[in-house]
Amino acid sequence: MTGLLLLIPIALGLGMFGLAMFFWAMRDGQFEDLDGAANRILIDDEDGDGEKKP
Amino acid sequence: MNASAPIKTASTHEPSGDAVDTRFTVPGMRCAGCIAKIERGLSKIDGVEAARVNFSAKRVAVHHHPALDDAVLVDALRKLGFEAQPVLANPLAKDDQETRQLLRALAVAGFGMMNIMLLSVSVWSGAGGVTRDLFHWLSALIALPVVAYSGRPFFSSALMALRYRRTNMDVPISIGVLLATALSVYETFIGGEHAYFDGAVMLLFFLLAGRALDATMRGRTRDGIGALLGRMGRSASVVQPDGSTRQTKVDDIQPGMMMIVAAGEALAADGVVEQGFGSIDNSMLTGESTPEPVSIGSTVHAGATNLFGPIHVRVTAVRDETAIAEIARLMDEAGQSRSRYVRIADRASRLYAPAVHSLAALAFVGWMIAGAGWHQSLVIAIAVLIITCPCAMGLAVPAAQVVASNTLIKHGLLVKDGSALERLAEVDVAIFDKTGTLTLGEPRVDVADLSETDRSIALALSQTSRHPISRGITKSLLAAGVSPSVLKNVSETPGSGIAGECAGTPVFLGRPADAGEQMEVELRVGEEGSRLALSDPLRTDVAETIDELRGCNIDAAILSGDASQAVAQVATELGLDAQGSFEPRDKLAEIERIKSEGHLPLMVGDGLNDGPALAAAHASIAPGTASDASQQAADAVFIGERLMPVALAIRVARSTMRIVRQNFTFAIGYNVLAVPLALAGLVTPLIAAVAMSLSSLVVVANSLRLSRSIR
Repeated sequence: MTGLLLLIPIALGLGMFGLAMFFWAMRDGQFEDLDGAANRILIDDEDGDGEKKP
Repeated sequence: MNASAPIKTASTHEPSGDAVDTRFTVPGMRCAGCIAKIERGLSKIDGVEAARVNFSAKRVAVHHHPALDDAVLVDALRKLGFEAQPVLANPLAKDDQETRQLLRALAVAGFGMMNIMLLSVSVWSGAGGVTRDLFHWLSALIALPVVAYSGRPFFSSALMALRYRRTNMDVPISIGVLLATALSVYETFIGGEHAYFDGAVMLLFFLLAGRALDATMRGRTRDGIGALLGRMGRSASVVQPDGSTRQTKVDDIQPGMMMIVAAGEALAADGVVEQGFGSIDNSMLTGESTPEPVSIGSTVHAGATNLFGPIHVRVTAVRDETAIAEIARLMDEAGQSRSRYVRIADRASRLYAPAVHSLAALAFVGWMIAGAGWHQSLVIAIAVLIITCPCAMGLAVPAAQVVASNTLIKHGLLVKDGSALERLAEVDVAIFDKTGTLTLGEPRVDVADLSETDRSIALALSQTSRHPISRGITKSLLAAGVSPSVLKNVSETPGSGIAGECAGTPVFLGRPADAGEQMEVELRVGEEGSRLALSDPLRTDVAETIDELRGCNIDAAILSGDASQAVAQVATELGLDAQGSFEPRDKLAEIERIKSEGHLPLMVGDGLNDGPALAAAHASIAPGTASDASQQAADAVFIGERLMPVALAIRVARSTMRIVRQNFTFAIGYNVLAVPLALAGLVTPLIAAVAMSLSSLVVVANSLRLSRSIR
């Protein structure tokens, strides 16, 4: 029973934390441009030498 | 990490606190290279602090100094190789808000469901006494705020329906959830054995998942269509009494005012040309791509685009009196019938809701008569409500439609909403417009006869002009893999052509001196001249598409505003029935006639003259090059040069409806099994939870099958 007093708040707290993170991510616009994020990984950095090929 | 940080400019100017944001839609971006090109190109402009591309919405947001004009940025984008249009602050904000609201509600319901389930499982597995009571109290503590927050979309919709003395799917849902919660709170109070918090919250979660899917589907396609929209004149430079000009909003323009329309600008009102000459692109009104020459005294209509040097136009009609507004009125009236269309889920719920309510009421009365006592009778009645709550039904339609619409997006077709998919599946006759729909709607040239250097010169000349014919030539040449040569002193003469110099030789591309009936352009290099015939070719896969439609038992016909002769030629080529010289009103009348014969017509058209017919038809599709109004009126928009997406849309819509019907059959079958259990009073919270999740999972899995059945 004493274990529950500790574990239940922890479980709820973690859930609340996840929920808060999701709300933050939505407000911050993390889901605005999902296709763009996938494409941006392919962009070379501007000042890097673009000629370098594997 | 580099994906989320805005790319800062390397320019040296001071960052100013009062910089403004402007958004542009750039439909042409396709790859990572485009993102980099746009962001870097724009950042180099003086006054631009940052540029950020949203690839999904095909938009770029520019953070810049207020003194920097939109036109400069549009011009810069064109130099980078992208057509762009400024967009209003955030026209889609409201719909976006709704989707976000649903997603938040879904997240909260998900959180509540998991935590309550955690507590419920231990109760089911035998926790008793104080532990059970404590867990019930904790569940109540979580469930009450969750139901209050996540249930709002359903409660407000149900209230709305009840206020108009109607019933929809949300009424049984709301009653079920509220009663289950209330009963569970009572049970918790008296330390009873069963609490249904898990069932109530889980129900909300699954139903919200369906709603959120539906809203995201609408949002995604609207983003795509929004990227294509926004070409109509919303303001004009009006000459003031003191001779200066001022940008005036459409609403403030009065008849008698003089507006100056620059090259490339769309007219904001009807009027008569008083100064200047050139040609205008009337394709927005007529769907006809050939520019129309105008000079002093010509009448011009709002919505047309001025192609050459500035013209002065005396305004004769504004807003509601313009020719465009007349068509808009016709469209408005024609669209009425479509708004009366009842979606399949609502049709199902009309039968379903009364059945469920009377079953629950019967269960209560029956057990009372059997002498079970009011408490047990009420528990059983609520169990009936929970178990029959249309969990699977709420997912049956959106799950299948989202899968279908995502598949169609990949094939270049944007369907606006689920209702459009349902109506597309029902059509049995297809009516096509000719110009711009069966044909590409822009002139193309045959470049096979030209030498390599001539081609390069022609491309170098044509790409400097925004004239539709030049654009057509540019596209034909680019398609042939030509790269432009370097020219000097390029200049464009309205009504004549483009001249320049290539390595000392004068070159010219434009209207031949002896221009006849035949549409031709002349290319002169030095003394040598060659002729290029212009044509508006049929889309390459028109014949296949018509065949495919026949395979779906849909007959096609052509209904065009063009001269009957030109239409007849295309019709014989394709073996279709055709009628020409139709006014917008005639097209509308023809659609109404087909409907009155009991057919459900599909209209495919692009021009504003097709607008009323598009709005009146049972379902409609417009190409991505269509006028704004037509895209608004159409249920779906297809992108690219192929017509096949039209046939694909019908095929996919039909298989979607097949899946939807299977889902419904399953949901009803599930109820047939579950309701007797509930009526017998055998449903515990555990059984309710398992049955609910199982039925929802089966429906979603069945819908996912759809993506595999469509190639």
